[in-house]
Amino acid sequence: MELTTVWFALIAILWIGYFTLEGFDFGVGMLLPVLARDERERRVMYNSIGPTWDGNEVWVLVAGGATFAAFPEWYATLFSGFYLPLLLILVALIVRNLAFEYRGKKDDDGWRTRWDVAAILGSWLPAVLWGVAFANIVAGVPIDAEKEFTGNLFTLLNPLGLLGGAVTAALFATHGALFLALKTDGEIRHRARALAGRLGVLAAGLAVVFMLWIQLRTGDAASAVAFVLAALTLVGALVANLAGREGWAFTGTFATIALAVAGLFLALFPDVMPSTTDAAFSLTTTNAAATAYTLKVMTWVAVVFTPIVLGYQAWTYWVFRKRISVDSIPAVAVPVAPAEPAER
Amino acid sequence: MDVLEIARWQFGIITVYHFLFVPLTIGLTALVAGMETAWVRTGKEEYLRLTKFFGKLFLINFALGVVTGIVQEFQFGMNWSDYSRFVGDVFGAPLAIEGLLAFFLESTFLGLWIFGWDKLPRALHAACMWLVHLGTLASAYFILAANSWMQHPVGHDYNPETGRAELVDFWAVMFNKVQLVTFPHVVLAAYMTAGAFMAGVGAYLYVSRRHRDDQPLYRKAIRIGAVTALVAGLGVTVSGDVQGKIMTEVQPMKMAAAEALYDTTSNAPFSVLTLGRLDGSDPQHLIEVPGLLSFLGTGSFDGEVQGINQLREQYAETYGQDPGAAYYHPTDYVPVIPVTYWSFRFMMGLGFAVAAGAALLLWATRKGRTPSGRWLAWLGLALPIGAVAANSFGWIFTEMGRQPWVVFGLMTTQSGVSPGVSVFEAATSLIVLTLLYAVLAVVELGLLAKYVRIGAEPFVEPPQVPVGGADDDRPMAFAY
Ligand code: HDD
Ligand code: HEM
Ligand code: HEM
Repeated sequence: MELTTVWFALIAILWIGYFTLEGFDFGVGMLLPVLARDERERRVMYNSIGPTWDGNEVWVLVAGGATFAAFPEWYATLFSGFYLPLLLILVALIVRNLAFEYRGKKDDDGWRTRWDVAAILGSWLPAVLWGVAFANIVAGVPIDAEKEFTGNLFTLLNPLGLLGGAVTAALFATHGALFLALKTDGEIRHRARALAGRLGVLAAGLAVVFMLWIQLRTGDAASAVAFVLAALTLVGALVANLAGREGWAFTGTFATIALAVAGLFLALFPDVMPSTTDAAFSLTTTNAAATAYTLKVMTWVAVVFTPIVLGYQAWTYWVFRKRISVDSIPAVAVPVAPAEPAER
Repeated sequence: MDVLEIARWQFGIITVYHFLFVPLTIGLTALVAGMETAWVRTGKEEYLRLTKFFGKLFLINFALGVVTGIVQEFQFGMNWSDYSRFVGDVFGAPLAIEGLLAFFLESTFLGLWIFGWDKLPRALHAACMWLVHLGTLASAYFILAANSWMQHPVGHDYNPETGRAELVDFWAVMFNKVQLVTFPHVVLAAYMTAGAFMAGVGAYLYVSRRHRDDQPLYRKAIRIGAVTALVAGLGVTVSGDVQGKIMTEVQPMKMAAAEALYDTTSNAPFSVLTLGRLDGSDPQHLIEVPGLLSFLGTGSFDGEVQGINQLREQYAETYGQDPGAAYYHPTDYVPVIPVTYWSFRFMMGLGFAVAAGAALLLWATRKGRTPSGRWLAWLGLALPIGAVAANSFGWIFTEMGRQPWVVFGLMTTQSGVSPGVSVFEAATSLIVLTLLYAVLAVVELGLLAKYVRIGAEPFVEPPQVPVGGADDDRPMAFAY
């Protein structure tokens, strides 16, 4: 196989890693106002992703870096073109991360509420915007002969793009609810399961229309297979959820997201950013790629280090495998300074 | 303002801001890991208390380091798309490798460290922080390799067909001679910064009446921090001296700009301060150390340092008239002299001041002394601020001294900017990010101040955990 194809596949894998893992983090944040009834339950939700969300997020950083290295033209056109949505995503990720880290650092309701808002918005925005972005990447956007994007923010907000945003939001919310059902205990677990059932139907409906649309527009046989499997695993997840098999249900949406993203990349290949202005201006795996030498170096690095990373990330999930419930949440522990000693 | 100017301001602000947190992260991970190891080995309570206390301050700092880093990863594509196209083949690789090797390591093992007090055996828990530290070093190495390539491009060829610089020798980029001195300089500066932070916080709490009972603990913090700052400070000076020589060799204009030296001079002096203008018309040096600039640049007090005027002609000849030598031609080769002149002095001056402050703290807390003056608290505040500022000035010098080039000798900053981005977009992002960062700075400083004032918490024996992890139903030892 051509190295450019290998790297196209590796970048797809990085995005799959990002959306399957941070997808449920987003879901947990999105569902905060719906699933948690009180402060303790909110803390259960935050802590369910506490040790792992940062590691999950690194997938997008590596996807960005790998795109820069393997397809510099793609990196340049995509991020300078999708400028304002990307800026919004960055702002959202910033406030969301800080909400996780700083929320518990003061025992003050106003403080916590403000960070809750940051966490909720910071999860919703990227969950929607990544979908908008990917729908547009696959469907194509206006790109000129200089490989520059010539549209603006509103070019991206077309019906297909908006549907893509709705699909990712609904899928991530379902994925997050199933994660909570798997990872928590007590009332919140039951509520999460019930909600996942309802959200899942919505996600399935939206996703089927979206995948069909993409398939008809740019799909091929391989993407059709991936999309069909994605739909089947989603149905499987919902059935497993009804049967109370939380592990299988979560595995199901995990597979759905992985397969749907794979389908998108298969539909995209061999382009990386098709141009709607003129097919001759499209960025492809060949005309956007780095040199064979750079790709070779990068392949070695990826082959050696990716298994190590996967190994220790899996190990963390194992270390933190226990379900948590309101009983495992310690009392708010913001320390106070010792009292000023009396004058002598 | 045009997109170029906005993009430059944004890059400077965003990157300097990111680098306010980075040195503390690099240095504090080492200090915290070291103290936790000391606790595991000696069982002394004070080490665990210091581990947890500085660990908490470190986490407050780390959060901002991470979120500002996310912007860094994407801003080359957003504002500097032509730059990204031109250098991606060379520059992208270290950036991607940094993510794969460093960021995963840092974030995963930090999660284990924060939440793992009741899940991991003690030695393994301490090892997690060492791995985080290893991650920060790897991160620094790869990103500095990328930056060093911009200072001194090696291991690449220009391909006229694709119009870009293409990698031909990866190892040359990894072991660029500029990189080999930059990495130790930056890492040692980070250790110095963290040492200054620890000593400063220690000094502040040492004289605080609320924390009278814990004086021995904070004395320990002062002494560990001050010794770290002094030893690292010595290393920073030595590596900086070597850096000066290599810089003079590969970017002579930067050295001339550091001194505002207009004419080539042997036995060139180093002016500590200058009054008046720095355009060479009327230099009024207040204090001059004869021969020092020559020594910094060449290793000999009699060495010849080239001046701005001669270099300008020489650069014009090399880059301006030989079309094969540079693919993007600048109009002038002289950076903004007052910025380079003063940032170089502030970097060194603040560095020496911090070292002197650390020495003073060591002396004040020598055997049998219990100093109590308020000046200790003020010094405690000044030390970390001085060290962080020295880092910023170092970078401002390095990057502004390279101008007008973004990649020295190959591409000008001007030609790297995104052609498709509008003034509206660029300005929106500059304003949004600057305002957001300003708010975050207030939040973070408030939290740091709060947790410093609270001081180290009382000793609590962490649970003993068997290898393989405990599986009982205790509440979590740490929770958000
Ligand atoms: C605590 C921080 C700190 C301190 C005390 C110093 N430096 Fe520094 N210096 C940095 C922090 C720094 C830095 C921020 O880390 C830089 C920016 C880029 C780099 O390589 O390191 C830097 C850059 C930098 C450069 C530019 C390299 C280039 O552009 O190629 C030189 C020549 C020196 N330093 C030399 C010195 C000397 C001679 C010092 C003391 C006598 C000194 N530095 C103290
Ligand atoms: C190693 C990583 C770094 C890389 C790859 C890098 C890259 C760049 C690039 C592409 C530019 C050109 C854009 C511009 O001129 O604004 C630049 C300039 C600049 N960078 Fe860096 N930089 C790095 C580290 C830093 C750090 C750590 C700081 C500060 C703490 C910094 C501060 C600046 C400043 C002040 C400018 C000049 C702004 C200007 O006048 O345009 N850089 N750098
Ligand atoms: C302009 C170039 C730079 C880029 C693209 C960049 C990118 C990033 C990113 C994405 C993160 C967050 C990682 C995470 O989520 O864990 C980060 C953090 C970090 N960066 Fe930068 N960075 C730049 C400049 C620098 C420089 C010059 C250094 C050091 C010499 C540095 C050292 C670090 C370290 C040690 C961390 C981890 C600790 C922390 O987050 O505070 N970075 N950087």
